[in-house]
Amino acid sequence: MTTTTHPVPAPRDAAPDERPAVRVRGLVKRYGRRTVVDGVDLDVRRGECFALLGPNGAGKTTTVEILAGLRPRDGGSVAVLGVDPAGGDRRWRDRVGVVAQTTGAGNALTVRETLDHFGHYHAAPVPTGELLADVGLAEAAAQRVDKLSGGQRRRLEVALGVQGRPELLFLDEPTTGMDPVARRQFWTLVEGLRDRGTTVVLTTHYLDEAAHLADRVGVITAGRLVEVAPPAELGAALRRETTVRWAEEGRTREVVTAAPTALLRDLLAAVPHGEVPDLTVTRPGLEDVYLQLVATPEEQR
Amino acid sequence: MTATRIVPATPTARPALPSAAAIGLARIGLELRLFVRDPGQVAFSFAYPVIMLVIFGSVFGDEEVVPGVGFRQYFLAGIAATGVMLTSFQAVGTAVTEERDRGDLARLQTLGTPALAYGIGKAGQVVITTIAQLAVLLAVAAVAYDVPLPTEAGRWLTFTWVVVLGILAGTVLGLAVASLMGSARSAGAGIPAFAVVLQFLSGVFFLDSDLPGWMDQIAALFPLKWMVQGMRSVFLPDSAAVAEQAGSWEHGTTALVLAAWVIIGAVVCARTFRWRRAA
Repeated sequence: MTTTTHPVPAPRDAAPDERPAVRVRGLVKRYGRRTVVDGVDLDVRRGECFALLGPNGAGKTTTVEILAGLRPRDGGSVAVLGVDPAGGDRRWRDRVGVVAQTTGAGNALTVRETLDHFGHYHAAPVPTGELLADVGLAEAAAQRVDKLSGGQRRRLEVALGVQGRPELLFLDEPTTGMDPVARRQFWTLVEGLRDRGTTVVLTTHYLDEAAHLADRVGVITAGRLVEVAPPAELGAALRRETTVRWAEEGRTREVVTAAPTALLRDLLAAVPHGEVPDLTVTRPGLEDVYLQLVATPEEQR
Repeated sequence: MTATRIVPATPTARPALPSAAAIGLARIGLELRLFVRDPGQVAFSFAYPVIMLVIFGSVFGDEEVVPGVGFRQYFLAGIAATGVMLTSFQAVGTAVTEERDRGDLARLQTLGTPALAYGIGKAGQVVITTIAQLAVLLAVAAVAYDVPLPTEAGRWLTFTWVVVLGILAGTVLGLAVASLMGSARSAGAGIPAFAVVLQFLSGVFFLDSDLPGWMDQIAALFPLKWMVQGMRSVFLPDSAAVAEQAGSWEHGTTALVLAAWVIIGAVVCARTFRWRRAA
């Protein structure tokens, strides 16, 4: 299988807005002797929603934390909004929003008090009233944060992440633990942000989430980015492989081929009048492709 | 739920960022609000010194420890200094590790919060809670136990600089200890235990001249002994200075040691402060 990525070539003399929002080359991160991010190359275009998709422990969160300037890296070069996150100053941080997996927000405060307080940290905060309406927390404004449901809490986290009007928003596994209704509402929220021009980088281990939200998906496993493509084109090489099954002398025959028509022609020619018993022709779905993508490197290790 | 209005601001459209002082001021308000909404912390901060005063006052009653000075008056100095240590060093040390474990500090990091703003918030909260605590303690001592409070302005001036230096030292050392402690669990067990031992060493519960010399010398390395001694110089008549190990109040040394700890604590904080637990 191919392990190529599709970096966006940066045009020369590009206006600031045309340069990629994120540019990563050869990123490496180790915890002790364990390499958790192993040579990742990645480009995220301005205004797109990019999903890092992979199983738990693949290195998604570590990658995002490095991009957001929250962890140092051990190798490679990174530019986020044109700045190396390792040396990102306050002005840069104000342009980047982060919704991490677990961050406290003063449990004894109400939702409105929390947003009012953190508004003090930004150059141009979104007014609390607007923010509450946009994330659908207007009715919960007077509730204490520790009394919120899981879904409401995540929405508050997103509100805090976008409060400073970031150009780029990192969402680390934003819908883990949400019920299906809350997830759908959350997707609508993220789509709205993207439609208004915010670049979104999200990590997820849900295939349907990546397929629904992302313009492009990067599949990451064991610290390596194994494929980057729009959801519909993910695993294009794998999808061309068609499985043809039929029964022959009481046994199931199975052939995986990129040219199923030729195989079928031969098969049908062999049985010109009768039926080919138990004949099926299947192409792999998105999930099959994904499972193959994340499984292969582990088998190779 | 439709995000219809949140539009990213371009770098050129962004006004200047709020200063560390402005964020610090907002954080003082936040810290105080969180403090008053934590009944356990409020009760501990305000009731502990008063309860100690009541218990020791009841046990030792009207005993004179030095001529003209009752036990309650002598002990008030020690418990006032202890109160400052509890609301600064102990409260800050345990709160910071808890906030780090809970991820509150990680959020501040993602927002690019200046560490100075966080320190200002903590110090401001400590100043206000300590003033309130001392006011309650002195009121109970004066009204319920007839402990005479000083009337000369000079003594209140001494009281002020001892409290201010004590608060600053306690706050920066609390922050420093929180950086060195791994988890809130170990901080929650270790810091109060250390504080209790230090109280015994520093002569909070005993007459200073009764302490073994080695104990006094160990205690002299830490700020609490000097805060207690400074407080005694405020609440006790000057004739009581004979009961000090040094035979005098040693204001110069007191100021020097406390100021040194403020500087040491600030340097350690600046070098070791971290927003999240080590990976």
